[in-house]
Amino acid sequence: MRKTKRRTIRLGKRQRHSKDGNVGSVNDLVIKIATVNGTGSASANGLLMKSIFRMGIPVVGKNYFPSNIQGLPTWYEIRVTGDGYQARADRVDLMIAMNAQTYARDLADVAPGGWLIYDSTWPRSNLLDRDDVTVLGIPLSKMCNENFDGARARILMKNIAYVGAVAALLEIDLDTITTLLEETFASKPHLVDSNMKAIRLGHDYATENFVCPLPKKVAPLDKTKGHIVIDGNTAAGLGCMYAGATVGAWYPITPSTSLMDAFRSFCQKYREDDETGKRTYCIIQAEDELAAIGMVLGATWNGARAFTPTSGPGISLMSEFIGFAYYAELPAVIFNVQRCGPSTGMPTRTQQSDILSCAYASHGDTKHVLLFPNDPGECFTMAQDAFDLAERLQTPVMMLSDLDIGMNDWMVPDFDIDENKAPDRGKVLGAAELEEMENFYRYLDVDGDGIPYRTLPGTHPKGSYFTRGSGHSKYGGYTEDGDEYQEVVDRLLVKWETARSLVPEPEIRYSKFNKAAILSVGGSDGACKEALDRLEAEKVALNYCRVRAFPFSDAVREFIANHDVVYVVEQNRDAQLRTLLMLDSEADPAKLVPLLHYNGMPLNAGFVVKRVLEERAKGQAA
Amino acid sequence: MSYISKPKVAHPGIPRNKLGLTVRDYEGVISTLCAGCGHDSVTAAIVQAVFELNVEPHMLAKMSGIGCSSKTPAYFVSQSHGFNSVHGRMPSVTTGANAANRKLTYIGVSGDGDSLSIGAGQFVHAIRRNLNMCYIIENNGVYGLTKGQFSASADIGSKPKKGLPNQQEPIDPVSTALSLGATYIARSFSGDKEQLVPLIQGALSHDGFALVDVISPCVTFNDHEGSTKSYAHTREFYHHVVDADYIAPAEEIKTQYDKGAAMPVELHDGSKIILRKIDDEYDPTSRAAAFKYLRERFNAGEIITGLLYIDDSRKEMHDLMGNIDTPLAQYPLEKLHPGKAELKKILARYR
Repeated sequence: MRKTKRRTIRLGKRQRHSKDGNVGSVNDLVIKIATVNGTGSASANGLLMKSIFRMGIPVVGKNYFPSNIQGLPTWYEIRVTGDGYQARADRVDLMIAMNAQTYARDLADVAPGGWLIYDSTWPRSNLLDRDDVTVLGIPLSKMCNENFDGARARILMKNIAYVGAVAALLEIDLDTITTLLEETFASKPHLVDSNMKAIRLGHDYATENFVCPLPKKVAPLDKTKGHIVIDGNTAAGLGCMYAGATVGAWYPITPSTSLMDAFRSFCQKYREDDETGKRTYCIIQAEDELAAIGMVLGATWNGARAFTPTSGPGISLMSEFIGFAYYAELPAVIFNVQRCGPSTGMPTRTQQSDILSCAYASHGDTKHVLLFPNDPGECFTMAQDAFDLAERLQTPVMMLSDLDIGMNDWMVPDFDIDENKAPDRGKVLGAAELEEMENFYRYLDVDGDGIPYRTLPGTHPKGSYFTRGSGHSKYGGYTEDGDEYQEVVDRLLVKWETARSLVPEPEIRYSKFNKAAILSVGGSDGACKEALDRLEAEKVALNYCRVRAFPFSDAVREFIANHDVVYVVEQNRDAQLRTLLMLDSEADPAKLVPLLHYNGMPLNAGFVVKRVLEERAKGQAA
Repeated sequence: MSYISKPKVAHPGIPRNKLGLTVRDYEGVISTLCAGCGHDSVTAAIVQAVFELNVEPHMLAKMSGIGCSSKTPAYFVSQSHGFNSVHGRMPSVTTGANAANRKLTYIGVSGDGDSLSIGAGQFVHAIRRNLNMCYIIENNGVYGLTKGQFSASADIGSKPKKGLPNQQEPIDPVSTALSLGATYIARSFSGDKEQLVPLIQGALSHDGFALVDVISPCVTFNDHEGSTKSYAHTREFYHHVVDADYIAPAEEIKTQYDKGAAMPVELHDGSKIILRKIDDEYDPTSRAAAFKYLRERFNAGEIITGLLYIDDSRKEMHDLMGNIDTPLAQYPLEKLHPGKAELKKILARYR
């Protein structure tokens, strides 16, 4: 308190460390860093988040970035959550306002009683007019200009310096930061020294000028052991490598690009043939998404595990081929990392708005198997499931994650694989089986599960058939005969029911016997689970179902049937999941209450709680 | 499309190739194209080419898009897998198929609408990757299945059956391929089987992207007077400039060639192509010279045919990437990931 007085006077404002409304707490706070993109703040923010994680404290990282390379505002939010929640928080306790362009907005974002750090090299007292926020000025640029040479180094080190200051203010362990820097720059020790110098500049300034720590701070816990911090695209790329995918075709599109980048980097390390040193993978950057999916289908037709990562606009372009694959019965794995539509929309914001366009992609009667991961952990497992299902069902399988899951850092339990579980390659006839057969016909339902046997080119002359998207009979021949045509498309419905029995089951939680529930999907899960806890604290106990796949299994249908009110929480304007539930599970629309969040920011628990309470109030009034 | 199989009755004296197969074993179902369609002649040339090349039917993959031309893979080599994809997308499907299994022989049959309009993007990018395939364009200047609209290869001044002559610049697949760096470029005429068969054989044996543009008249919609893609017009204005003889690996060169006129080119699989220059000025190994010659003759209204350009030195797609020779689809799945213990090490990077 005494130390800050000096600076308070200079700012001409009264400044205290704990203003009205702010209660001190440990391991429950939100740091938000506002910068300009292209200034290298990402590594500083990662360092800050990792340091807290290494102290055993659960963290959530969210990056809000522009569709731009350099010069526009960008934010990084670190939620420290001792309770281990996964969603974005709905408040900011400590704002690091490094971007003058957004000062006013950033100040407005701070919760009453919170703190704001800014670069006081250029005092901006006129912009910092809030009585309930404590402003902490640190001359970051001045310090870095005095201590580092070169414009680039000075800009980068300014970021590292605020990490040092935050470390002092929150009591983040300096040894942990040192260790992380040593790991990061193992091959460049001089960078460890310069980064630590910047850390100390910030740390020392905060210690000398402010009362450290703040009432809200961190303290070591033991809750991150057996966990990693990873984004969903990296996890899915790793899943593809473990699934044995050999052909990846893609066209760059935000927010899916890093999935192929990850796959490529894993392949560069692990996909060289022992004997020849040559590549055992083939990544093709296609001319567009139409070509990317065409390449995937050519590859799976030939028996390879092949995939393409994309986002909404890519799905629109791929739709014709997706319908082809459905009808000609070819496996394909498509990752749709959803972003904010329609059209180009907001490419760097998140949404769950491709549910319907993926479920029924392409003209004619088509429907497709969808998988909905809720976090990077499921991106890893479902990526592998997708290849098994696609080959078993001989159909496209789409995994729908979103920008929030795909590009943000999530704390999840360690990934694992079951080495005893063989991959499911589906019904493929080999040369010996074909030799024994009198005749091979491609589209016969031999086993009654709606899944025919297929053959791969190059196996045996008897296995040949003509793959076509035009009308065909169960023997594979061209047809314009109505009965022959209908026999095949009806059999595809039998296969659809087989799919229903094979896809991942929903996650269901019965808290206690009651008739109201929340139903959600994918990346809405974390906010919903946190909301369930908060609602329970307010004596509103709800059951919970998270669908993990389409078609919906019987368990989903039963869950809806067992409740009078189901709040369907999803991140799009048109209640697409709710529509799909009505179409595929014959659920009564009257009991499916839509709770829709679609401004492009990831869902948070506060929104769910508020909307559930509003809807309940309406229900009671009626 | 046809679904009527041809009866497989072979005359006892019918010639057999090295696999013991007759030419009948390389046929497909009966064509449903119009009587006299140039495409059926191309089909016959393909049958003869693969029969003589001793291609194992199950090791051939027949690829196509949509249109009259794209129906034809059903009419040859029934014992091969065929992939009749969507309009203009045959090149991407072939790219993926080849990525998964580089040991198959890929023959793609496309048309001028399929390759030069809706599929122009995929056509040029397959060339850019030097995809190892034989790419045949059955070029007739019109859309047949939708009844006679001009395609992008229609010449300026060419008359339709009804309506006004075409006024737009045509897209010539040969000069397009030349400008993009294709490594084997040929043009022929469906009515000239003697020239066409060895060009297809060379294209199938060439290690890289091989284009065979075949003028293949549409008897129903573009064979009238005033059309520049009719039988009569093509016969009148086409000129052989470089003919090619295909010599299988380890086979002797039997024909006598005049010294200076014949130029042997050895392909990767040991086979040879003997280029016979009809016009001494022409240099089929110089892209710039070929381009100049073609444009000049095109402006003079001539249709230049033969093996117009060849470069067997450039690497095809897999070799450019450094991929393994084993087909990726056949590589054992368990060897494609480093296992559970390594997964732990990978995860350590994310703590």
